[in-house]
Amino acid sequence: MTEEIVQHDIEQEEYLLNMGPQHPSTHGVLRLLISLKGETVANIEPHCGYIHRGIEKMCEKLTYQQIIHLTDRLDYLSAHINNEAVCLLVEDALQIEVPERVKYIRTIISELSRLASHELWWCAFGMDMGALTTYFYGLRDREKILDIFEETTGGRLLQSYNCPGGLMNDIHPNFQKRIKEFIPYFRKKLPEYDELLTGNVIMQERTKGIGPISKEDVISWGVTGPSGRGSGFACDVRKHHPYSAYDKVQFEEILFTEGDSLARYKVRIAEMWESLKILEQLVDNIPEGDYAVKMKPIIKLPEGEYYQRVEACRGEFGVYVISSGEKYPVRVKLRSPNFSNLSALNRMAAGFKIADLVAVGGSLDLVIPDIDR
Amino acid sequence: MAFSIYDLTAFNQSIHEALVQNLSPFWALIVEMTIIGLVFLLFYAIVGLFLVYAERKICGFIQNRVGPNRVGPYGIFQTIADFIKLLMKELIYIKNADKFLFNLAPFIVIIASFMAIAAIPFGLGLHAIDFNIGVLYVMAVSSLGVIGILLAGWSSNNKYSLIGAMRSGAQIVSYELSIGLSLVTIVILSGSMQLSTIVEQQRNCWFIFSGHIPAFIAFVIFLIASTAETNRGPFDLAEAESELTAGFHTEYSGIKFAFFFLAEYMNMFIVASMAATLFWGGWMPFHIPGLTSFNHVMDFIPPFFWYMGKTMVVIFLMMWFKWTFPRLRIDQLLKLEWKFLLPINLFNIVLMALVVLMGWHL
Repeated sequence: MTEEIVQHDIEQEEYLLNMGPQHPSTHGVLRLLISLKGETVANIEPHCGYIHRGIEKMCEKLTYQQIIHLTDRLDYLSAHINNEAVCLLVEDALQIEVPERVKYIRTIISELSRLASHELWWCAFGMDMGALTTYFYGLRDREKILDIFEETTGGRLLQSYNCPGGLMNDIHPNFQKRIKEFIPYFRKKLPEYDELLTGNVIMQERTKGIGPISKEDVISWGVTGPSGRGSGFACDVRKHHPYSAYDKVQFEEILFTEGDSLARYKVRIAEMWESLKILEQLVDNIPEGDYAVKMKPIIKLPEGEYYQRVEACRGEFGVYVISSGEKYPVRVKLRSPNFSNLSALNRMAAGFKIADLVAVGGSLDLVIPDIDR
Repeated sequence: MAFSIYDLTAFNQSIHEALVQNLSPFWALIVEMTIIGLVFLLFYAIVGLFLVYAERKICGFIQNRVGPNRVGPYGIFQTIADFIKLLMKELIYIKNADKFLFNLAPFIVIIASFMAIAAIPFGLGLHAIDFNIGVLYVMAVSSLGVIGILLAGWSSNNKYSLIGAMRSGAQIVSYELSIGLSLVTIVILSGSMQLSTIVEQQRNCWFIFSGHIPAFIAFVIFLIASTAETNRGPFDLAEAESELTAGFHTEYSGIKFAFFFLAEYMNMFIVASMAATLFWGGWMPFHIPGLTSFNHVMDFIPPFFWYMGKTMVVIFLMMWFKWTFPRLRIDQLLKLEWKFLLPINLFNIVLMALVVLMGWHL
């Protein structure tokens, strides 16, 4: 067996390198089996499953209220948005109209999550490129958002603030004030990101034209979110299938056509500006009302199939549920954006250098628990 | 006997005479060499520890943090605590490693940097060996370290280490050229390769001012190339944490890792002191020709402090690069050298020769 592999290596003149499962730039326990020709990456074979917890199977033995809290553990950086997807699905299936107040608050927290997630992505992207200082700049601003979360929801990373029919509790009295302080603060800090990293010649050289992927490929690989929009694929669920309060706000869908790492980078930076815009429009207009609809303690969805999609921080997150009318679902399928995004990695990074693979991986912003579920 | 901190020649002379009077010439020489060796060893350790501390503080300053602040006042004993930790750590032996080369590699790296320090003039009279080819010697010895890095990468039997070592080899072979040529530019200006002569010639005006444009270009190139030579960010491809985990020293632990770590800082110190010696006048105080009273004030600061101050400024510049720039890719790194630095350098040498011939220098 071993000899065969060695023989294969010699014939192919390839040097197999296991990047991961423990590696600084795979951001988790992802294993990439890469074949090298010198410094050039010939082929990338992602091996996932190191953090597989069987969440979809577990869901079959859990009530809908419990499923919500499992979706936290997928993409932990867009925990609130994942929760929202399940809640929207349940509300849709039971045809409950949630109060406007709930919609507004959910949208605000979603956008704050997106900001926090993109800030962390920016930190990690800089680290992948070797610029270690970015990490502290990004975390400095992310901390402010986490403080807002902590005050209102009680959680910093996993908020668990949603429940079917509304929210767990009402917002903290300081909520709006804090956000109104944060927006001008971050408007001032965001240009620093450009000064430190975007404008840097080395950074530009490292990302321009690296890991390109065409719009057709993006669509056929199902790459969504900022990574898909970097190639010109208009896939923003917030814009095209608005949910919660997204139909009440003005914002632009950021589209770049280059499809390289720099384009994906710029999409995320521009999305931070857009998120700020959305927050600004919503924060003063939160309507008065209840924070939740009274629900029955046991939720039973009518028999049938349901699908709900939302725009998570890394792309389209979908929940598909088959219900037989019981309190447990028959089957749950979670469409995680990272899994599809990872599948296109070979398409993007093959033929480039090892350092480029790291940069492309960084520009995809992978969260590994979301891939393995 | 009265000693002056401005000129330690008399001090050294008195020790030498005392030894010769009491011992045979052979043993006097042995004792002198031992003393110098011990002094350098001590100096090496202190500077190494200080630089690690300084790096962490400066990096903290750049990154909006405090840096080490728990062990001792302002955390000054942090590096000592870390060093003790490294000493006590288990040395992990790798099964299929080439044991002899694996153990040898850190010593080659550290010996190379230790040898280079001997030829550096720290002050008037503080100069262990004054070669007449001092510049060439420092160049030659400091580039020996790459052999240790290559051996470390090869003998670890680790793929990341090997890639890191190969990168390091390619990098140092290329950047050695730039360092050499930028030093040649200064050698043309001074007409000597002896470091004491070079320092002496900068009594009235440092070379970076007297050589103006070509000297400045040479300085910038030297700074870039020496950052690359010492494997520091943005040229830290041999380590490249995000790509190769830790590059050539992935498999090293405990004191052997500490050797690599210390050697990195000492190499940085050596290239910084070369930059200070050749471009900023070494231990020579800052003089402006004509301003006698100002020059007297400058003379009041002892030469050793001038030397250390300049070296620290260069080291600060190198740390600044590391903590703000992203890392280059290997092909960009080589392109930068062969397509930009080398042609500019060659042109710069011609320019310097022209400046010297026409007497345009100050």
